[in-house]
Amino acid sequence: MLKMLLSRLATAVPSLIGVVIVTFMLTRLLPGDPAAYFAGLAASPQAIAEIRTKLGLDKSLPEQFVAYIGDLLHGNLGSSLSTGQPVMSEIATRLPASGELTLAALILAVGIAIPLGVLAAVKQGTWIDHLCRIVTTAGVSLPVFFTGLLFAYLFYYVLQIAPAPTGRLDVFLSPPDHITGFYLIDSALTGNMETFWGALRQLALPAISMAIFSLAPLARMTRGSMLSVLGSDFIRTARASGLAPRTVVFTYAFRNAVLPVITTLGMVFSFLLGANVLVETVFAWPGIGLYAVNALITSDYAPVQGFVLTMALLYVALNLAIDCLYGLVDPRVRLDS
Amino acid sequence: MIPLLRHARYVLSENPVTGLAFGLFALFLIAGVFGPVLAPYNPLQSNAAMALKPPSAAHWFGTDQLGRDIFSRVLVATRLDLSIAFASVVLAFMLGALSGVAAGYFGGWTDRVVGRLADTIMAFPLFVLAMGIVAALGNEVINIVIATAIINFPLYARVARAEANVRRDAGFIEAARLSGNGEARVVLGHVLPNIMPIMMVQMSLTMGYAILNAAGLSFIGLGVRPPDAEWGIMVAEGANFIQSGEWWIALFPGAALMLAVFCFNLLGDGLRDIIDPRQRT
Amino acid sequence: MTAVPALAVEDLSVEFRTRSGTVKVLEKVGFAVDKGETIALVGESGSGKSVTAFAVMGILDPAGRVTSGRAMFGGADLLALSERDLAEQRGRELSMIFQNPRTALNPIRRVGQQIADVLVRHGGATSADAPRAAVEMLKRVRIPDPERRAEAYPFELSGGMCQRIMIAIALACRPALLIADEPTTGLDVTTQAVIMDLIGELAHESGMATIFITHDLALAAEYCDRIVVMHAGHIVETAPGGELFSHPRHPYSAKLLAATPGETASLADLASIPGGLPDLRRSDLPACRYSGRCERRLEECARPLPHRALGDRHMVACWNPL
Repeated sequence: MLKMLLSRLATAVPSLIGVVIVTFMLTRLLPGDPAAYFAGLAASPQAIAEIRTKLGLDKSLPEQFVAYIGDLLHGNLGSSLSTGQPVMSEIATRLPASGELTLAALILAVGIAIPLGVLAAVKQGTWIDHLCRIVTTAGVSLPVFFTGLLFAYLFYYVLQIAPAPTGRLDVFLSPPDHITGFYLIDSALTGNMETFWGALRQLALPAISMAIFSLAPLARMTRGSMLSVLGSDFIRTARASGLAPRTVVFTYAFRNAVLPVITTLGMVFSFLLGANVLVETVFAWPGIGLYAVNALITSDYAPVQGFVLTMALLYVALNLAIDCLYGLVDPRVRLDS
Repeated sequence: MIPLLRHARYVLSENPVTGLAFGLFALFLIAGVFGPVLAPYNPLQSNAAMALKPPSAAHWFGTDQLGRDIFSRVLVATRLDLSIAFASVVLAFMLGALSGVAAGYFGGWTDRVVGRLADTIMAFPLFVLAMGIVAALGNEVINIVIATAIINFPLYARVARAEANVRRDAGFIEAARLSGNGEARVVLGHVLPNIMPIMMVQMSLTMGYAILNAAGLSFIGLGVRPPDAEWGIMVAEGANFIQSGEWWIALFPGAALMLAVFCFNLLGDGLRDIIDPRQRT
Repeated sequence: MTAVPALAVEDLSVEFRTRSGTVKVLEKVGFAVDKGETIALVGESGSGKSVTAFAVMGILDPAGRVTSGRAMFGGADLLALSERDLAEQRGRELSMIFQNPRTALNPIRRVGQQIADVLVRHGGATSADAPRAAVEMLKRVRIPDPERRAEAYPFELSGGMCQRIMIAIALACRPALLIADEPTTGLDVTTQAVIMDLIGELAHESGMATIFITHDLALAAEYCDRIVVMHAGHIVETAPGGELFSHPRHPYSAKLLAATPGETASLADLASIPGGLPDLRRSDLPACRYSGRCERRLEECARPLPHRALGDRHMVACWNPL
């Protein structure tokens, strides 16, 4: 099994290299003078020249690349123009917020999509099958930022059951002691139930908006995979052996059907990490997405670059985890290597 | 051609929803081409006195914070949104189909390079990569097109590669080779035209995604700038007024967006059923 | 034979709804298997042999429908049972094994566990002692090193081994009837013989009735007491093996025999059967579905088929038998 994990790790290496090269190129492909970008819109020619030497932008491209790698290994992602703070620390502070949101959305999406897909496949032609089809078709058409706004309007303004879309916590509550940075986990661990519920209420709408978006591909894949498995030879054998329907559907069919769904998770994460940016903007959620969007508006370049790199590295790591999970679950992969 | 049309009619009769999609598509096409002519008001004309008015007989979709008629703006925005999406899909197709066909047909180094390129793009969350590209190339509409095309490139390359691979040893390709055509001619003149139907399906299916992508980028301030009328940027402007209850500013452009994406998704499904029903899920 | 047969199929008709029309796959199929008897259901591809088995077991494709008939088994009509009652019978009183043993087993579940599942479901074993009982079953089907093999996955085993596993699953609860749908197709000749011998021995041990479905007449002749010949959804002849080979009475049976490589025949002597199966979607099918390609066709062959009994346990459905 160790060999399988190591071989998975090996396939992640080219992706890592690609990511680093592309993010490097993105900073050098700027139309005009990169130094001017990093110096900011209001910089004087002298300030630009200073930045150029300071960031090593006057050196040859290969030398710059080596310096870039060195910077990355030291965790140096430059500094933000507007706040003056190192990008690395700002991203580190904001990462748990994005993480909590994405994780909550994922759990919600998986928790709804998989049962929906399974039921739609098992009870073909019934209302639940039609519901699944509607969810799948409509879900991919909904712009996530629009759904978020719609929810905010409906549940906050009209129905007044949701809190104002202004971040992770109501102004009257203070954040729990920092253990993981995830407000729900931290407040639960420290027994601070008022904060827990407050954080949950703020998390609900953004997480649901994101979940709806990723529900569609998961439900579709689950339904398709389940249908395909239910028509296979070994299910016929299971039925011919008179196994109980529940055994046939769950122990035999579902476990096989879930394998391609795990592979779909990679694509789902690509959606989620992108949707993150939009949802954070709508709900003023203080994660790295909002950080990048604000930096974009003020033409503050280093944070945007740091954001893209962080997201990409996160994505590579997630894909690696999915690959390993698949390798562990499918004995044909686990034992063959 | 006739058998194809007959098959198309069969599919449409089986699946009326596809017919609906074609109808919607026609509407969007009309809005896109004739929008500026059909708009009742000048989409850029501000009128402070009429600001923030809800939908009424005079202004079907209400007015925004500058008193502009939202219906006119939504109508006119159709052209911009659809052209951006269409341009990026065509660009992605050109780059992707050519490299994909070359990779599938020639194999070897071409295959490896194209594969590596596609894998590197796919190593990023796609929307994030698009953000990075637009930030790097500059905040212009053309760069939205380029960024969207780049993130759609791997999909086209992969489909084209698979199709070219299958056709590489097909009879008609052998025949083309044997009649003395150079490799380039075979690829461009024979393989590429033959995979066009499947690529059309792909293009239609990704149009919806391209529209969402472009709107998402403009929502966060990239690409289209005020006072241009574009659905994403209109939703962004309307977002500021949701909390005070002026829902119409964001709703109508958002609904138009949804409808357009929905229409193209259904269209793509319908086209796929007509051209290659085996792919149905 | 006055004893109650293990399985008696009467007047079974099955239809399939397809895009291009309704296909009358089986029409008034009837045969019986006695306790302890081994019969073969033979015919070309598409003759309806497997569909007959699937209909009896109740595992027809959703597009298929039983339009008439009974399948009397253990005093009850299998075709009239509810799905729930049928599931109780399947695996316990009547079992089925399939061709392509590798794909017929759950690819991500250990084979011992798959046998245990059936034992827990029907055999009254608890989940604690089922694994041991599964190993016992593996011994019964002569798998070497059964304790280790029980932990294996199907992809780690050969085709022949997988077929033994299927047999183990099917016979774990000692059913009264086993249906074997082309169990040796795809296996090499030596393994074929071994598997057929194994089934024969196990059947003999427990007095189990067996139905072999095959297109291989030679195999049928060697291992079965009686042969049922099918053509295009009809039973055309039933006879004890020896008699069928020496005196086939239906023109189709004769042609089948002539097309079967025997010990002395050379390929040049093999005759092919002219024509093909009729299109079963047509509503104007003749009463005898073989008459379209039969050399001995008479005027009478348009009349509904007779069932001529010729001696003990020999039946032919033909107006002009040989």
